Amino acid sequence: MEHHNLEQIFQDKIDQEIKIEPRDWMPDAYRKTNLRQISQHAHSEIVGMLPEGNWISRAPSLKRKSILLAKVQDEAGHGLYLYAAAETLGQSREQMIEDLHSGRAKYSSIFNYPTLTWADMGAIGWLVDGAAIMNQVMLTRTSYGPYARAMVRICKEESFHQRQGFEVLLVLSKGSDAQKAMCQDAINRWWWPALMMFGPRDGESTNSDMSMKWKIKRKSNDELRQQFVDMIAEQVKLLNMTLPDEKLRWNDSKKHYDFGDINWDEFWQVVKGNGPCNKERLAARKKAWEEGRWVREAASAYAAKQKQKQQAA
Amino acid sequence: MQLIRKFYYGDIPDDASGAAKAGPAKPASDWPLWEVFIRSKQGLEHKHVGSLHAADATMAIENARDVYTRRSEGISIWVVESHHIKTSAPEAAAELYEPAQDKIYRHPTFYDLPDEIKHM
Amino acid sequence: MTNASLIDFTLYLADSTLILGQRNGDWCGHGPVLEQDIAITNVTLDLIGQSRSFYQYAAQLIGNGCTEDQLAYWRNEREFKNALLCERPNGDWAQTILRQTFFSFYQRELFTQLLHGADTTLSAIAEKSLKEVRYHCRWSSEWVCRLGDGTQESHERMLAAVENLWPYVGELFVAAPYETALQIDTATLKSNWMDAITAVFTEATLPPPSLTSTFMHTGGKNGQHTEALGYLLAELQYVQRSYPGCEW
Repeated sequence: MEHHNLEQIFQDKIDQEIKIEPRDWMPDAYRKTNLRQISQHAHSEIVGMLPEGNWISRAPSLKRKSILLAKVQDEAGHGLYLYAAAETLGQSREQMIEDLHSGRAKYSSIFNYPTLTWADMGAIGWLVDGAAIMNQVMLTRTSYGPYARAMVRICKEESFHQRQGFEVLLVLSKGSDAQKAMCQDAINRWWWPALMMFGPRDGESTNSDMSMKWKIKRKSNDELRQQFVDMIAEQVKLLNMTLPDEKLRWNDSKKHYDFGDINWDEFWQVVKGNGPCNKERLAARKKAWEEGRWVREAASAYAAKQKQKQQAA
Repeated sequence: MQLIRKFYYGDIPDDASGAAKAGPAKPASDWPLWEVFIRSKQGLEHKHVGSLHAADATMAIENARDVYTRRSEGISIWVVESHHIKTSAPEAAAELYEPAQDKIYRHPTFYDLPDEIKHM
Repeated sequence: MTNASLIDFTLYLADSTLILGQRNGDWCGHGPVLEQDIAITNVTLDLIGQSRSFYQYAAQLIGNGCTEDQLAYWRNEREFKNALLCERPNGDWAQTILRQTFFSFYQRELFTQLLHGADTTLSAIAEKSLKEVRYHCRWSSEWVCRLGDGTQESHERMLAAVENLWPYVGELFVAAPYETALQIDTATLKSNWMDAITAVFTEATLPPPSLTSTFMHTGGKNGQHTEALGYLLAELQYVQRSYPGCEW
């Protein structure tokens, strides 16, 4: 079959909302885009365990310790589902991990910000997971089957993450003056980085129309960001807290909230590796992987020995 | 060829991020990949839920338990090394599956029966 | 059996599971491979869950509005009764795994005794926990075999782990006064435990250990710990203590 025919068949499937499966013909660029996106998403889950993992040992009650452990563990699970989805496109997990460690593959910049107080566990759940969920709900309908299925599973599990985050803040917001101050401080620090998670303004993301055409992505950055601002601007009232943006106000003609300018210079600095924790995060991942090598090798060696014994018997 | 450039959560383009260049690909020495099938409750079939890595079958079952039944999703697990799974070729889909499409007489709704017969 | 002995024994069980859970929790996000990161966190969640059940029961016995968090967060080094084994540092994966194996097999024997004990609440908690503990025994002892009979390096690391941890297992079988009061049969515990561990070590191609040839540290059960515990508690308790009287 001619190449151009295959491409037509492929595009017809996409247009008819038929999912693309691993062994189907797909344009090379579609494969690469998905591979890059899914593996970056997987890396984000795994690196994302670190800022919250910081607080497992210091969680202020046994109940909170259990919840936080379960939540961070879920992120490991999500990373695993996503690596598995990416592997269907022909790259090994080990290769992806090496790409992360060499700096070739990226992860979401948000995880390069530090978690300074307990309230950050609330702010991350509410704002960071909240922003991620907007994206992930959209991705449950993405055109690549394994990715869409992983996202469905993840979204199901993720719903408790945002709720527990909001609850952490809710308790603080009703607590002592020191707790209220801790709550407001965490919101102040996480608000702008959370908005940056949606990426640059639409006008600046060139060629994302291809990604829309292939239905990998189904909503623009600005659409998702606006949706998020509208949601959070209402929810923050329930906490009796404020968002750190003087320009934030309801625009009755647009039926949306207006909000202030995002510091894009900061965004690109963090992406390029100059954020507050880029080096620590990557170092922690590399250390775990390197120190785990002998463990992985031992298990392989043991499995091989057992197999031999079985065959000999 | 940089066909697509997307800028949203989980996807930062390599060139805009100061990323290192691609190194030579290394052979995979991961633990093998396993496919996981889970029976969610007694009376139902095992259903494919995903995959994972494990050094041996014992570990694969335990990993499946830890990864895929954290929320009581199952009561029985099957695992099989992924390379043992054989699949039909997508290119052959037309000859394999389309011939069944016009056999509509195989479906109960094909038959027009009097309304008096409620269940048959 | 006095109420005081029952409270002390319950706190011993609560503290031991909490402290080991706190140690294991440090692996979350840092495991040798994703699947095992998830696996050890499941063990950790079980341990913390067990500790909460025991603390809640102890709080109920103590009365006066005492809570699980008061017991976990507001007692000092000399008041904690956990076994010394539980507070030993994580070390490498070999040490963590071996510590878990030693403790899980001990829990299995102890909880089996509690099933038939006089106190119905402890029996109920033991019954629920035993299901978890049996899985921990399986998971951790399989790892002891993989590492013991894996590569040269992993075998050496297991030997080092045995050397580091063995001096802390003896304490498990020296009855504290509150255990004697509760008629815990430490002699049976010890022989069942030794049989099980010897079987694992044989499978793992590790030299069989002996409880008599090594000097054993004691004290944890009565509140006299290693230096490691103070640091652990400082981290565990600091938020509660920085903001007294708050809800979280």
